[in-house]
Amino acid sequence: MKQAQFEKLYAAQWQRFENLLNEVEASSSMNVSPDLASFSQLYRKICHFHSLAKERQYSSYLVDSLGELIVRGHQLLYRSKAGLRHKFLQFFLRDFPELVRKEWRLFWLATALFYVPGLVLFICILLKPEVVYTMMDPSQVYMFEEMYNPDNRVLGEARESETNWLMFGYYIWNNISVAFRTFATGIIWGLGSLFFLIYNSLIFGAVSGHLVNVGYTDTFFTFVIAHGSFELTAIAIAGAAGLKLGGAVLAPGNRTRLDALKTATQPAIALVYGVVAMLVIAAFVEAFWSSNNSLHAWQKYSVGTLLWFIVVVYLGFAGKKKT
Amino acid sequence: MSQVSTTDTRIYIETPEGADLPLDPAGVGPRMVAHLVDWVIKAAVFFVLFLILIFVFGWSSADFGIGLFFIVLFLIVWFYPVYFEVWRNGATPGKKYAGILVVNDDGTPVTFAGSLTRNLLRFVDAFTVVVFLWGMPVAGGYSVGFISAISNARFKRLGDLAAGTIVIYSHVENPKPTIDVNGKHPIPGFFTTDDQRAVLAFAERSKALSLDRQQELADVLKPVLKEQDTVKVLHQMANTLVGRSGKTEKGKNL
Repeated sequence: MKQAQFEKLYAAQWQRFENLLNEVEASSSMNVSPDLASFSQLYRKICHFHSLAKERQYSSYLVDSLGELIVRGHQLLYRSKAGLRHKFLQFFLRDFPELVRKEWRLFWLATALFYVPGLVLFICILLKPEVVYTMMDPSQVYMFEEMYNPDNRVLGEARESETNWLMFGYYIWNNISVAFRTFATGIIWGLGSLFFLIYNSLIFGAVSGHLVNVGYTDTFFTFVIAHGSFELTAIAIAGAAGLKLGGAVLAPGNRTRLDALKTATQPAIALVYGVVAMLVIAAFVEAFWSSNNSLHAWQKYSVGTLLWFIVVVYLGFAGKKKT
Repeated sequence: MSQVSTTDTRIYIETPEGADLPLDPAGVGPRMVAHLVDWVIKAAVFFVLFLILIFVFGWSSADFGIGLFFIVLFLIVWFYPVYFEVWRNGATPGKKYAGILVVNDDGTPVTFAGSLTRNLLRFVDAFTVVVFLWGMPVAGGYSVGFISAISNARFKRLGDLAAGTIVIYSHVENPKPTIDVNGKHPIPGFFTTDDQRAVLAFAERSKALSLDRQQELADVLKPVLKEQDTVKVLHQMANTLVGRSGKTEKGKNL
């Protein structure tokens, strides 16, 4: 068949499909045209025409025009409908803790990287107080002292609720950004995640060691114990997700590096969803509970312990199948 | 499965219908333009928010407003591209301006997980690397992404590699050449579709080339065409290619 003949016979169908595409692309909902029932049928036909035109070596101008039609049709036809929204509850009640348990090696590796260096520095600072200045300069040390100095507290007074909102926003911005960076830099052979885990660990170890030395133990630990449960665990999980990417790049096994990376990305990004949720909870607790000075130390410690217990039970047992 | 074209960067994805989906991966240039436009938009939004913060909440009791500002800052910095890529047809306003969009490797619209992955990894792609050229420090933003993009045939930065996404031109490049030469010339049977594309591209770009350069390029075909005025013949072939296709008034889309 000559090209002119081919065009004459079928151009009307191409035009009809193009009109349909324009219509559907312009509207947000899918139920716009009575013609829509024939969309997939028509799409398959255009695919067929495109293949024919290519095979018969018709002009590239015609082949490419048909090509554009099928690219646009493909975009509309293969839109995945099932979003995160549908599986939201199922994800947080079952899939996320299950995933953390499945990746237990990376989870414990990241947790160790996140606690051990800080703990070592903490002990060093208890033994030799001046070691704190290897991590921070004197002005930073002074700032932390001021923050947790019991004399600076207005005792028996809760903070203004407006200030709580300010801090809530700040914690969301700062903490989740830290988690994202810890995750993303894992792709550099895991080095970035390693750096952020160890660096934050050392800062935390230095601050807590120094504050114990100057005797601000109560103001500091009553502040951090509650939100620390969700926050520290979430950062460790973000590190584990980053190490997952890095591990795939470092040791792809019997796949190509690219293939291993793509496969590792799916569980890793799912871990990040959970991290975000945990950090939102942590920011809420930190802004509205941890900062409240009208509470007694025993109240802070018991609620803090309870929250740690909840995190452990949630990650350890939620969604576990009975055997 | 995909085949690789020898004359351009176009790739073909085989669909369930057995058709070869032609996709044109977008290179560094249009993506830089898109990034710049998005950057300006984000900066403008921050500026307006800052003004609102000052004038609505005032300086003295702005705490609630600043808290809100941080949350919006967080959402815009990390989720601005995700929102547009997932819910606005694969393109941020900047990408739309540059005529490009993000799709999955198989040509389907990008998923939430894919979009989030590529935009979180943007942090790594955006790393600035400083190199010393003849003792002069030269710094470049997006160095990692740039090196990654020019190292593979699909211009993927690290985020695209990990997420299994690809940035493509939103329309298959198919310009209808305006050719000053009259007359038609039959296309030799052994010209493949790729060869025809090259003929069209030659006719389209002729105006930007000097006559000597046109001659030089066209003369490559002298052994197979066996004609004297190869430039004219090529233009006439382009006429044949365009003239035969159905609708011509729009210049695009059939």
